Amino acid sequence: MAISINGRDVALPDDPRVSLADLLRDDLHLTGTKIGCNQGGCGACTVLLDGARVLSCLTLAVQAEGRRVTTIEGLAEADQLHPLQAAFIAQDGFQCGYCTPGQICAAEALLRELAEGLPSYVTADITAPAPLSAEEIRERMSGNLCRCGAHPGIVAAILQVAEERAA
Amino acid sequence: MSRVQNAVIGSVRTVVGWLPERWLPGGSPDPLIGRHGEVGRQLGHLDGPLKVTGAARFAAEVPLEQLCHAALVHSPVARGRIATLDTRAAEAAPGVVLVLTHRTMPRLEPVPLISITNMTAVGNSALPILQDPEIRYNGQVVALVLAETPQQADFAASLIDISYDEAPARTRFEAAKPQARTPASILVERNEEAVGDAEAALRQSAFQVDAIYTTPGHNHAAIEPHAVTAAWTGDRLVLHDATQAIAPTAAALAKLFDIRREDVRVLSPFVGGGFGAKGFWDHHVLAVAAARLVRRPVRLVLSREAVFRMVGGRSPTEQRVALAAEAGGRFTALIHTGYSVMPPYGACPEQYTLGSRALYRAQNVRFGQKHLDLDVVPNTYMRAPGEAVGSFALESAVDELAHQMSMDPIELRLRNDPEVHPLSGIPFSQRALAEAYRQGAEAFGWAARNATPRTRREGEWLLGMGCATGSFPYVRMPAGAVRIRLTRDGRASVACSAQDMGMGTATVQSQHAADRLGLPLAAVSFEMGDSDLPPAPMAGGSGQTVSIVAAVAAAATKLTGELLRLAGNASPLAGLRAGEVRLQEGGLVSLADPARRDSFDAILSRAGREDITVTESAAAPLEMFKYAMQSQSANFCDLRVSAVTGEIRITRLLGVFDVGTILNPRTAASQLRGGMIMGLGMALSEEVLFDERSGRIMNAGLADYHIPAHLDIPEIDVRWTGIPDPRSPLGARGIGEIAITGVAAAIANAVFNATGTRLRDLPLTLDKLLEEEGA
Repeated sequence: MAISINGRDVALPDDPRVSLADLLRDDLHLTGTKIGCNQGGCGACTVLLDGARVLSCLTLAVQAEGRRVTTIEGLAEADQLHPLQAAFIAQDGFQCGYCTPGQICAAEALLRELAEGLPSYVTADITAPAPLSAEEIRERMSGNLCRCGAHPGIVAAILQVAEERAA
Repeated sequence: MSRVQNAVIGSVRTVVGWLPERWLPGGSPDPLIGRHGEVGRQLGHLDGPLKVTGAARFAAEVPLEQLCHAALVHSPVARGRIATLDTRAAEAAPGVVLVLTHRTMPRLEPVPLISITNMTAVGNSALPILQDPEIRYNGQVVALVLAETPQQADFAASLIDISYDEAPARTRFEAAKPQARTPASILVERNEEAVGDAEAALRQSAFQVDAIYTTPGHNHAAIEPHAVTAAWTGDRLVLHDATQAIAPTAAALAKLFDIRREDVRVLSPFVGGGFGAKGFWDHHVLAVAAARLVRRPVRLVLSREAVFRMVGGRSPTEQRVALAAEAGGRFTALIHTGYSVMPPYGACPEQYTLGSRALYRAQNVRFGQKHLDLDVVPNTYMRAPGEAVGSFALESAVDELAHQMSMDPIELRLRNDPEVHPLSGIPFSQRALAEAYRQGAEAFGWAARNATPRTRREGEWLLGMGCATGSFPYVRMPAGAVRIRLTRDGRASVACSAQDMGMGTATVQSQHAADRLGLPLAAVSFEMGDSDLPPAPMAGGSGQTVSIVAAVAAAATKLTGELLRLAGNASPLAGLRAGEVRLQEGGLVSLADPARRDSFDAILSRAGREDITVTESAAAPLEMFKYAMQSQSANFCDLRVSAVTGEIRITRLLGVFDVGTILNPRTAASQLRGGMIMGLGMALSEEVLFDERSGRIMNAGLADYHIPAHLDIPEIDVRWTGIPDPRSPLGARGIGEIAITGVAAAIANAVFNATGTRLRDLPLTLDKLLEEEGA
């Protein structure tokens, strides 16, 4: 068995202690996935596992066996920028760039969660589909820390893509 | 050294004060000020595509053959001595390459400490690194393990068996006060200053505030942990680093490891946040020493816990601010004194009283700081060192006084706005705090504030508004060179070992170089992040941009001279001197007669040259001594406080900045908002929890040290006066740090306006509010 990473089958590591984040970064040199704390506290290592967001530092590589992993390197088609990547540039959704790949991967999953109508802590009426709003985005992105303070740009970028998709 | 320094600085000020302006840098304003070009245009970060695709490679991400991985072991005790040390199990563990302890570490000299006078010195700690069995603070590194994989290194590190003979440690802030030190100087300023008798004036004045304000330790918490990848080839070292100080780090390593400076190359093209933390610490020395021993490349990434334990943060402070005024509002006394932690083996005083010396005119003043020696990891500079926490104390006190006098706090501030620097009497180069407040009050709707606390309410929420002044000095570093290479096709590359922790260094310097060299933006490139390039100063003091701008300007002047020389008698410019032409539209143009021009292509072609390269350093930053150069800001906060739980939620923040020319409104707005967000964290949630019994930080992680998250961040508006500083390169004064200053006070003042409760201890948490209200 193997892990499908950005569409490519990758063998499981020999050492079962290897986290998904370490597999990506150290073995596959997919260093777009960042490690900020290795404790699940910052969200920099966020990747998509079968389309849902996970913290790859708290996910053992072996847990991803037989599943689909998408990292920042696999988000876009070929040489194109993913709409979120383009929007992060357009809205200044970063400064140092270290938390950025995790923010973008989380945002991609968030848009899907919103599209599925999943509620959040700030959703006033959890019986109806959650509305698209800056506050919903802020709440749903709160697991992804940024220290440069690019939050306003990040939220604006995600809102921009959400509105483009809704249109 | 401090007393000598006071005398030297005093003499420089005196001499520079006598010199005619035209002899000094900044004596005649930079000709680019006010010129419409690339500078001042909205331009996104040039490295955006690399960052959003994950292609930007940080220090821990450089693939190398034969790489081995390091893990560290930290002391769990604050003082004492290693009693027993058994590394056998670790050495026998699978994949282990080396176990390094004080027994096996090469003997090394201490690292020269960072200083104002030696720009190549960069150390944050004078303590020995694995040189002896002594334990000097809780968290000190006691062993390093190298293994084939990070997992093997981590596991083997857990097998090292150490016992300690503990000794009494100085870990209590209060208990250290009787032995507090009073340094002669704080940075380049004399520490203790007094005019008149402030205590007497305080007692005699109609209105007075005299209070203690406390701030906890803060952690920079950059999202990228510190990391180095060190590779030796014989006696040559390449270090992939995450650093704010590339050239100084290379110089320090060369000295420490006794190799030639040109045999050290430090590469740091991307840095995942700095804020003062990404300086030179023990991990540099450990990784470089280990790599030399095993003759293999070594990667050392600090765990998040290690970032807290072995890299210092902002010191806690206890500050007294006393302020008195006569009925008309004029300050009769201003006292700002206090304590912060600075062990004698550290280098970075928390200069919380310096901002107060420049901000207000008062008839009687007294300033002075005391240092406490504790057995802790040495504190270091963190975004707006001193001013961030000093402005909380001072600007809270001003608000308290305004309330007592029933005067608008903006009005009280402006009645004490100085014409010249209050202590030195030196004129300000430019200062428009009143204009910042005027703009801010109008944009924010300050008039809607009800001056009587606890009068506006919506349901369970008490509403309040507050404001506070921020300030930060202008700093241009006394060093720095750049190289400019101009090719015949009219392209230029500008290069120096500059740093970018996210500010947009290459973006803004490209804009500047385009204007300075008279080229379109697309024809200019800016190389940086490499110690093989001409040395730039470290990125600190919000001074990197102007420091490099000054060096580029100097190099451009030299380039002009060289081009004129090459142009020769066949040129339409023949006979003109460097001061009589300027670089414009891909060539040299006569200032007096713009029809006389000669293109770079023509000049180089006639000379049979493909290119021309010049390297030049900036002139000494004497403008800092001739003028009082200070940025200021007006911060506004609108918030709500739950009358039930005491929870504080910020509704909006506004900052109006008087910081000289804004070079790129997009990157500047982003950086200024970021600073205000860090100020919001300082106000509401950030606190290093220090166990005074053990000397151990209890919340050494991002789950427990609470920086603002998305949901904490309100609408933030940033504006600026946009008035250029006539004495600085491009009229700019630096924007990296000022935005954090004044924010915590604006928030605390708004909390008072909402609730009628004054909190003087950061962070402003609901337990403190409820306790005060219950009292």
